[in-house]
Amino acid sequence: MSVVFQKTKGLTDNKTHYCPGCSHGIVHRLVAEVLEEMNLLEDTIVVVPVGCAVLALNYFDVDAIQAAHGRAPATATGIKRVHPDKTVFTYQGDGDLAAIGTAEIVHAAARGEKITTIFINNGIYGMTGGQMAPTTLPYMKATTAPLGRDVNIQGYPIKVSEMISTLDGAKYVERVSVNTPANVIKAKKAIRKAFEVQQKGLGFSLIEVVSSCPTNWGLTPVKAMEFVSEKMIPYYPLGVYKDETAEEAK
Amino acid sequence: MARGKITISEYYCKGCELCVSVCPKKILKLDESKINANGYNPAMIIDEYSCIACASCARMCPEAAITVERID
Ligand SMILES: Cc1ncc(C[n+]2csc(CCOP(=O)(O)OP(=O)(O)O)c2C)c(N)n1
Ligand code: SF4
Ligand code: SF4
Ligand code: SF4
Ligand SMILES: [Mg+2]
Repeated sequence: MSVVFQKTKGLTDNKTHYCPGCSHGIVHRLVAEVLEEMNLLEDTIVVVPVGCAVLALNYFDVDAIQAAHGRAPATATGIKRVHPDKTVFTYQGDGDLAAIGTAEIVHAAARGEKITTIFINNGIYGMTGGQMAPTTLPYMKATTAPLGRDVNIQGYPIKVSEMISTLDGAKYVERVSVNTPANVIKAKKAIRKAFEVQQKGLGFSLIEVVSSCPTNWGLTPVKAMEFVSEKMIPYYPLGVYKDETAEEAK
Repeated sequence: MARGKITISEYYCKGCELCVSVCPKKILKLDESKINANGYNPAMIIDEYSCIACASCARMCPEAAITVERID
């Protein structure tokens, strides 16, 4: 008998508070697996956001600090500049990163801070009960857009990977999803690549994960993953938006 | 094809059915005969001999509740 798959040491033994089928848990596991495989668990500091993932500090078995809403990239900047030998990453939702924290993420990327951001795009404010996020799809319902998002009133969704990839300080930007086992494997490779960029000191790296919020979408976990496949991914195409790793190596 | 053995931790399982939905052999389901301490019907395997150790179920599990072994 040989073990094909088991829970990573990068996660604590705590049960999570996440709703059943919430993709936060899948992404936590992938990040933890990568940090374990890269032998970084002893040297990593995670900056957790305001949002459902605020309690991620109970689940990642690494050192952690919690930032004010949206300010994780600023907090991570300070930590990384004082401890350049540590691996520092932020884990942020779309309300945190793309609404209240837009300035912080844009300028951290523009400055080319040598940190990594794991960005969970579930198209909604999960923690506070399903208000519209900057990433909510056109026509998608939210408690603050009960008839569905009307782009003439609420404007258009922000495509974070596309936007961040225009900044010279951003060296690796990829959008992935965890809607199928095959995409989970790809997402893990992308997360590993982002941490390798940080290890090499190349600059800022961001992985956007197109995710689900079954509870506030009002869908079962399985139906929510179908919504990711059929509605979210067509609007937020998966792929590498920026890869300057080869160029820097020359 | 490889044969596998999976172990589902009832302690962590939240009955989300993501594992059930992706198993290529369709050998997982929720055990409606019991409710675990989390308040959910935990996932169970219905045909242990058909598992191919693909680990698709484990990769989708948000609770890291599934261990997969290969029987050599
Ligand atoms: C300064 C401040 N403003 C507003 C809030 C209320 N609040 C808490 S979480 C949240 C949004 C969370 O959404 P997101 O970042 O998408 O995380 P998710 O829960 O969806 O993972 C808001 C607005 C707050 N805690 N602090
Ligand atoms: S509210 Fe949404 S994002 Fe938050 S734990 Fe529940 S399913 Fe996940
Ligand atoms: S390892 Fe593969 S075949 Fe076995 S139960 Fe899991 S998904 Fe099904
Ligand atoms: S994916 Fe995990 S939590 Fe969900 S039903 Fe299967 S074993 Fe339980
Ligand atoms: Mg969100």
